[in-house]
Amino acid sequence: MKNESDNKMWRSIEEQEGKHVPQARFNPFNNDFLSRREFMEWSSGMVAVLSASACTRMPQQKIVPYNKTPEKVVPGKPLYFATTMTLNGRAIGVLAESHMGRPTKLDGNALHPASLGGSDAYAQAAVLGLYDPDRSQSLNMAGSPMYWENAAASLNAIAKNHLARRGEGFRILTEPVVSPSLAAQIDAFVAANPAAQWHQYEPVHRDTEREGALMAFGEDVASVYAFKPAEVVVSLDSDFLMEPANPRYARDFASNRTMLQGSHGMSRLYSAEASPTITGAKADNRIVARASEVEQIAAALAQACGVSVQGTPSVTAAHKKWVQAAAEDLKKHEGASLVVPGRWQTPLVHALAHAMNARLRNVGKTVRYTAPVEVHSVAQSDSIKRLALDMQAGKVETVLILGGNPVYNAPSDVKFSESLSKVKNRIHCGLYVDETASQCNYHIPEAHFLESWGDARAYDGTASLIQPLIAPLYGGKTYSEVLAAFSGDANAKSYDQVRAYWKGKAGGDFERSWTRWLNEGVVEGSASADKRVALRAEGSWAKVGRAPTATSMEVIFRPDATMFDGRFSNNGWLQEMPKPLSKLTWDNAAFVSAATAAALGIKNEQVIRIVWGGKSVDAPVWILPGHADNSVTLPLGYGRTHAGRLGTGTGFNAYSLRPSGSTWSFAGVEIAKTDKQYRLANTQSHANMEGRPIVRTATLAKAQKDHHWTHIHMHVPERLQNVDVGTAGGEHAPVAPAQYQWGMAINLSACNGCNSCVVACQAENNIPNVGKEEVIRGREMHWINLDRYYEGDTANPDTHFQPRMCVQCETAPCEVVCPVGATAHDNEGLNNMVYNRCVGTKYCSNNCPYKVRHFNFFEYTKTITPSMKMVQNPDVTVRGRGVMEKCTYCVQRISEARITAKNEGRKIRDGEVKTACQTACPSQAIFFGDISNPNSLVSKIKAESHNYGLLEELNTKPRTTYLGKVTNPNTALSAEKS
Amino acid sequence: MSQDLTPESVIGPGQTLSSVTDKINDIVVKQKIRPGWVLGFFISFCLLNGFFLTVALLFKYGVGIWGITVPVGWGFDIINFVWWIGIGHAGTLISAILLLFRQDWRTSINRFAEAMTLFAVACAATYPILHMGRPEVGAYWVLPYPNFMGMWPQFRSPLMWDVFAISTYGLTSLLFWLVGLVPDFATLRDHSPHLWQRKIYGICSLGWRGSAVHWNRYETIYLILAGLATPLVLSVHTIVSFDFAIGIVPGWHTTIFPPYFVAGAIYSGFAMVLTLMIPTRYFFGLYDFITPRHLNAMAKVMLLTGLIVAYGYLIEGFIGWYSSSEYERFMLINRFVGPYRYFYWALLACNVVIPQLLWFRKLRRNVPFLFLISLIINTGMWLERFIIIVVSLSADFLPAAWGMYYPTTFDWTMFIGTIGLFFSLLFIFIRVLPLISVFEMRVLVTEEDHKRKGKPHA
Repeated sequence: MKNESDNKMWRSIEEQEGKHVPQARFNPFNNDFLSRREFMEWSSGMVAVLSASACTRMPQQKIVPYNKTPEKVVPGKPLYFATTMTLNGRAIGVLAESHMGRPTKLDGNALHPASLGGSDAYAQAAVLGLYDPDRSQSLNMAGSPMYWENAAASLNAIAKNHLARRGEGFRILTEPVVSPSLAAQIDAFVAANPAAQWHQYEPVHRDTEREGALMAFGEDVASVYAFKPAEVVVSLDSDFLMEPANPRYARDFASNRTMLQGSHGMSRLYSAEASPTITGAKADNRIVARASEVEQIAAALAQACGVSVQGTPSVTAAHKKWVQAAAEDLKKHEGASLVVPGRWQTPLVHALAHAMNARLRNVGKTVRYTAPVEVHSVAQSDSIKRLALDMQAGKVETVLILGGNPVYNAPSDVKFSESLSKVKNRIHCGLYVDETASQCNYHIPEAHFLESWGDARAYDGTASLIQPLIAPLYGGKTYSEVLAAFSGDANAKSYDQVRAYWKGKAGGDFERSWTRWLNEGVVEGSASADKRVALRAEGSWAKVGRAPTATSMEVIFRPDATMFDGRFSNNGWLQEMPKPLSKLTWDNAAFVSAATAAALGIKNEQVIRIVWGGKSVDAPVWILPGHADNSVTLPLGYGRTHAGRLGTGTGFNAYSLRPSGSTWSFAGVEIAKTDKQYRLANTQSHANMEGRPIVRTATLAKAQKDHHWTHIHMHVPERLQNVDVGTAGGEHAPVAPAQYQWGMAINLSACNGCNSCVVACQAENNIPNVGKEEVIRGREMHWINLDRYYEGDTANPDTHFQPRMCVQCETAPCEVVCPVGATAHDNEGLNNMVYNRCVGTKYCSNNCPYKVRHFNFFEYTKTITPSMKMVQNPDVTVRGRGVMEKCTYCVQRISEARITAKNEGRKIRDGEVKTACQTACPSQAIFFGDISNPNSLVSKIKAESHNYGLLEELNTKPRTTYLGKVTNPNTALSAEKS
Repeated sequence: MSQDLTPESVIGPGQTLSSVTDKINDIVVKQKIRPGWVLGFFISFCLLNGFFLTVALLFKYGVGIWGITVPVGWGFDIINFVWWIGIGHAGTLISAILLLFRQDWRTSINRFAEAMTLFAVACAATYPILHMGRPEVGAYWVLPYPNFMGMWPQFRSPLMWDVFAISTYGLTSLLFWLVGLVPDFATLRDHSPHLWQRKIYGICSLGWRGSAVHWNRYETIYLILAGLATPLVLSVHTIVSFDFAIGIVPGWHTTIFPPYFVAGAIYSGFAMVLTLMIPTRYFFGLYDFITPRHLNAMAKVMLLTGLIVAYGYLIEGFIGWYSSSEYERFMLINRFVGPYRYFYWALLACNVVIPQLLWFRKLRRNVPFLFLISLIINTGMWLERFIIIVVSLSADFLPAAWGMYYPTTFDWTMFIGTIGLFFSLLFIFIRVLPLISVFEMRVLVTEEDHKRKGKPHA
């Protein structure tokens, strides 16, 4: 038997073991409730817990609850802020949608001249980059993390060291700077350190444009094109429809080719190109020429336009015909024509284009010249080369790399990486710990543009402000803040620097102007003034050399249609976005023509080795119809080693072959077959319409003669004839009357396949990425499939684009077959998805003739990291595994507009609801609205005679209809193609 | 082999009432478990575990582990579903329709065929549930049960009809089978050497004593159930065919489907009965009960249904051409020359060309040949479902949306797993129940006796 004292003794040991069970009932007046020993236990435990939590540095700032809500922040209501995105030395004004302080969606700023509301896929996807969990998150100095204050101090010490030697051994490397305030700051720094040098380099540079202008005018100017008044456009290997940060060109070009509302004329586009582009795909008369032939063609065209070019350009007979026809057309439309040289072409082509535009009296009408948009325009290939040589020679002690990734993308003969290792202080400021950062001993995380203050200039020189939507997620710094740290000001804020710069520029009330600029996103009146330039006498420069022999294999480098120069490698939306023409995702491939592939005996996905000058790169082949023969295109931007978890290891690195001289194309490479295969993820396996009336096309002449040319003769049962397709009013009126009947029309004449809508839809509707393996299985989730069809000869086919999303059939085949009624019509004509009712039989998808339904075969949202959750649109359900999903006309936007209208006691106005794809479309190809209102724009568009419903013969009565594609080929040429 | 049998006999000579009883019941109650059985069951059970593993992974990761995709949203899951359901058709046909037509040769095979039906339906029933993206809710959301949300299934959907068709068919087949077993349970009860066997069989026999009243009631209920089951033979596969015929997909949207599917189901069902019967007959020495006459009759049924199926193919082709619909026409051409052409050619060979050999009387009596041809027809009917589902979906209206279907490892483990399930059940069945209806065989013995006496044979 245990006595009382035994009991006590045991109890205390158990207490030490933590197994104490209180013996007495809880009594606050009983001292036993918390014995001294227990108190010690608890308090020591609490101290341990508290001290453990103290290991994390807690923020020192005060948090303030919303006892006074910030003005206009209403939970559930987004706010919109104008800001600016910079890409490739150009700026585009964007409007950022912010939900409770986190930006979720970017769209073009309608007031910004480069956008006018439209945007490109890069702008649409940029917001995902903000939340990229692989972004650089810590300041790293000599291999160890560091606080900004300490880092700034050591940067300042380095700068002081150089300042003593007037900046000797100090180099700054930036991408071309279009920020006036940043340029002023760098200029000031260089002024204080006169021996310091500022280099600029970007792989997709404008050196040829610059040299071409120097050749033609003797000075560097930027060409600003106006496609609206241009009746005839000749593109010499240009891809102006995909101009980075400038969807304005696509918009202007399309505006002259809408074939809508009484505009029954359209411009004509001639294109000569080697590597197929969407610009070539939209061309009315396209010829295929090897990159090296384009110069000859340009010379021939220039001669035909009256430019005196020395030498006899060697042009094939077929090309000659095209040249003559184009020249005649150009001359016929003097003052309303335009010759656009491609950035990938030689300076001579640019100079010849300038001369032609001058001869054709286009200057001031369809093209104008301004001072370069870059604050200091330099020959970038030379600039990086000089830097590398100096580094190699040991002349550089400190290099400050502000953005860019030269270790990865510098020309291969420059040996940048090797030279960089000879530099003592390698300081890098960038968004990622990329190839360059990993070779630098100082790395400062860069603030994303949605986290920064700044400014940038657009293609026409218009300046706009960059304002932050969110505080830096990972403690990033802007370039100007890093520069200020060199000057000893560790606490400098970009906000002050930008304001200080513009304060000097603004006349009148600065505060009012500043607020307006921020509000509108544009500094008004800041567009560059026209520059009067005089063409130098042609005799001094216009000489055409001999064309290289057609038999030697030519290599062409191009920025990738989704990765651009590689900077978007870790952006999942862009990785999974099918490239406009090849429809490849997640990889690049060596593009060749079918004839070349046959001649070399290579097939799709077979790996070839491209050898040149002792270097080689292995690349899988992809046959691209319309590619020039004896020529291979290597898209840049892949094969990265330090891109992040998505970008690393995708594709091959074409930079490893790219020299600094002829940076866009050169002949003389050798192609060796290997027996390796590389699996590519292609989203469209069949490009032939099989003679079906899917994309209905007509030439302008035919369309003008026969207004019902899209109406095909098909066997439709009598009772289904004369059914008013796509309107709610007809025979099959909905059961319940509704105020609105939603409908959409897509103008195929305007669509150029640029993919902006695809990413916009993904951003708006929380569409998950699935990854390469799943794309190979055909499980990509994009609600918009941008179909690309070829018609005609493989060597130079007609290319058609057709955005395909749910057409919201009035008699939807999907609805009747769902056993649980998870997809149902509403009385406004939407075919809705009830995600939480869906059990995933996939019958609806099988029975959908348009195949626009997408299924969550796995829990695709599982890969979304906590930071990426912030980009999700809170207005749209995130779908789980086993659920079908599809386009619902951005029903969340309709609902929001309905609530607003109801609150204001009115009907939703026409144009008040814009779908995400419609907003993003730079070509204004998409129309949406209430089709029960005959005065709505979409009703008027649908009333066009060439409006047709895809697969309407199935009696699905689609709400989304298409306007047939009209082209305007030169009849003298249309029979002939090369 | 009993070479001395006349082709007309449905039972071997010299069988008496007690020899029949003993011969059939001994397999269940007396015979020791034979190594062959153990091996067979072990293999089946291993395959069944492949099924369980696949299902576990399916619940963990989702239907993405299969090869299905968009546009081919149905693959092995629905192919196997239709295939199994088709196989399940022979049982009821033999039991019910042949009973009503008083085909006495059905007696020795009906029990086995019915069991096969049930097991095939069990295999088939797993697929419609597991093919769903969310089977955990889908399994009961497709049922019309009253709930506070007022949500009902959508009665316009053929999948909904499937739910009723298959559950009705499964239930009726089960009842029919169980009722038919009652007299035999009693016989087993009376012949079992062990008390526990007698107890279990005693419970199952529902107090059967073999009185005239019992027999009267038994005959009545059996006939009623046969009457109920008969339309089901036609309705189940008709409704399964609606899954496709109601759809808009070229290659699915065909009015020939209901009869053509029913014929195909019986075709494959009889083939499967042969596939199973021939080895069973061999291993258990049941030559006297499953005679060449049975095999001959089943071969003839296969020949007939095979011709109906061939007619279905012909009509599909004709309508495809006659419809003037370019989608239908393309569908046909695509079957012949498209990426899956070898499957279609193999289908035509298996289902149309090779079975024509059954016209030869000699071959209909060649047991190894019949076994081989039953396997060929089973393969052919599987290919038919593959062609209908996969090839039609892979290339429908808009070429840009076309895509290929490639089955994954888990498609195969699931398929082979259900075969494992089927055979596991079958092996258990062979050990615990008489695989030929004892009491009906005894009736046959008597009838044969009368026949022999009336018309003595050389």
